[in-house]
Amino acid sequence: MFEYCTDPDTLSQFRWFSCFLTTGVHMSFYISFFKVLALLAITAPIALGFGFFGAMAARSPFLPLSWLGRGYIANVRGIPDIAFFLFFVIALDQAFEWARHKIKCPDWDQPIRQGSDFIVCKAAKLPLGTSPEWMHESYGFFLATITFALVFGAFAASVLYGGMRAVPHAQIETAEAYGMSPRQTFWRIIVPQMWVYALPGLSNLWMVLIKATPLLFLLGIEDIVYWARELGGTKTSKFTAYPHGDWRMWYFLFLLVFYLAFTRVSEISLEKLMVRLTHGQATSGGEAQRKAAA
Amino acid sequence: MSCFQTIQDYGLRSIGIGERLLPRENFTLCEHFTLIGSGMIWNIYFAVIALLTGFIFATILAVAKGSANPIIRKPAEWFIFLFRGSPLFIQFFFAYFLFLNLKGIYPIFDPFTAAWLGALIVLFLNTSAYTGEIFYGALRSIPKGDTDAANAYGMTGWPRFRRIIWPTMLRLAWPAYTNEAIFLFHATTLVYFSSFPAWRQKGDALYYANYFADKTFNPFIPYPILAMYFVIFTLAIITLFGAINKRLNRHLPEENRAKLRIRPNLIR
Repeated sequence: MFEYCTDPDTLSQFRWFSCFLTTGVHMSFYISFFKVLALLAITAPIALGFGFFGAMAARSPFLPLSWLGRGYIANVRGIPDIAFFLFFVIALDQAFEWARHKIKCPDWDQPIRQGSDFIVCKAAKLPLGTSPEWMHESYGFFLATITFALVFGAFAASVLYGGMRAVPHAQIETAEAYGMSPRQTFWRIIVPQMWVYALPGLSNLWMVLIKATPLLFLLGIEDIVYWARELGGTKTSKFTAYPHGDWRMWYFLFLLVFYLAFTRVSEISLEKLMVRLTHGQATSGGEAQRKAAA
Repeated sequence: MSCFQTIQDYGLRSIGIGERLLPRENFTLCEHFTLIGSGMIWNIYFAVIALLTGFIFATILAVAKGSANPIIRKPAEWFIFLFRGSPLFIQFFFAYFLFLNLKGIYPIFDPFTAAWLGALIVLFLNTSAYTGEIFYGALRSIPKGDTDAANAYGMTGWPRFRRIIWPTMLRLAWPAYTNEAIFLFHATTLVYFSSFPAWRQKGDALYYANYFADKTFNPFIPYPILAMYFVIFTLAIITLFGAINKRLNRHLPEENRAKLRIRPNLIR
């Protein structure tokens, strides 16, 4: 990147690091940090949406819907999340291909599962074999996003469900006394009030989501873990101009520090948000604030 | 091949007893159940040892974090922050490569690069940090009356801690600690996906489930089986911890007892 990097003498100097850390592959490493941030930015609202529907379903008076919601919430309690990740990536991929296969090739007569193969017609392949490289990468990223949203949606659902139940019962009774229908009670009384009760759980969920991002690596995305392994390993020395020993430990130390800083910053800003939201609320937090001010 | 034969061959495959070669094709349901179940041995091993050792260290950490002396308090605070603030997955990677480097210098670190010891140490430190924070929270919410009563009886130092503070701390922390135990148990599935090699294909339950899913390209059989095993063991944990919770609360009137509430927001 810099001009002095072409000079072999720099190898023995400290300046060498500035050359090493700006190589093309390192740039991919830095870009992968943005991938993680993008995943967080996209997944968090979708997961919240899933969570909201999950919680609504769990509260539903219609029994099968309620079971569906409760089942969705209960599953994550008993099963490791990583199993979900590994499962959904293949399952979603196959579900999409199967659906496209049914639509695009109705006259296909062979079974889709032949032994250990999953065969769909060429037009149903996702992404198409002819599509450019970026399509393949973004399809992988898309699958990863949905998987994250599904898993964390269940977590969000349980938090929101708890929040909805924490709304004081007197409020709901009052709404009924005013003649509000269940739907009105839900949208006008419960939903506006539940956020304060749900926020501690949701901020915890955000931390958990940050700490789950390295699992992207398992979903086949070239994320920071992937690059840290690639760049730190000795075998890459052939392809870069700068041979070095096994430095994976240092790369992972860097990731460790990155995550520590990230969670710390989130923690501080969420605490500030909580202080603002509890201001003037009829909760013990709000009460403590009032007393501190007085 | 009968199912009984399969169980004989693969029931203890994950610890290296039985058939050496894994099945390669025409997988039967029985093989799925047996191998994945055999992998559960590792999950239970990691969870039990990490929880037992972590429990002791967490108590020390919690007391240290609650200490008034900054020389004792600061290291405990930093330790807890370090392990709670970073992903377990990254901790595994870092520890593995750290041990790998150390092994190059001191051959004594050789067993540390194997999952049974290396990953166990990471899990132990990780659960200590999480549990330490839970216990610290419980220490701070011990009713003032309890300590006052202990003081009035002339109890100080170790007897006061052993007979009054520690049991109350446990009682208050137990519902949260049950969650922690469940999620530590779930976290054990990460071990073989984070650089720690499965030597001679001796892996945990998820390792075998993933093996089947890769070979058959059909995730709908192995993962639900894995899920079933985990649900069963999670229920077992809840039952066991519930019984302990009952014992810890046995001196209290019924309505004051802490209920076990399983909250799922605790992945690492």
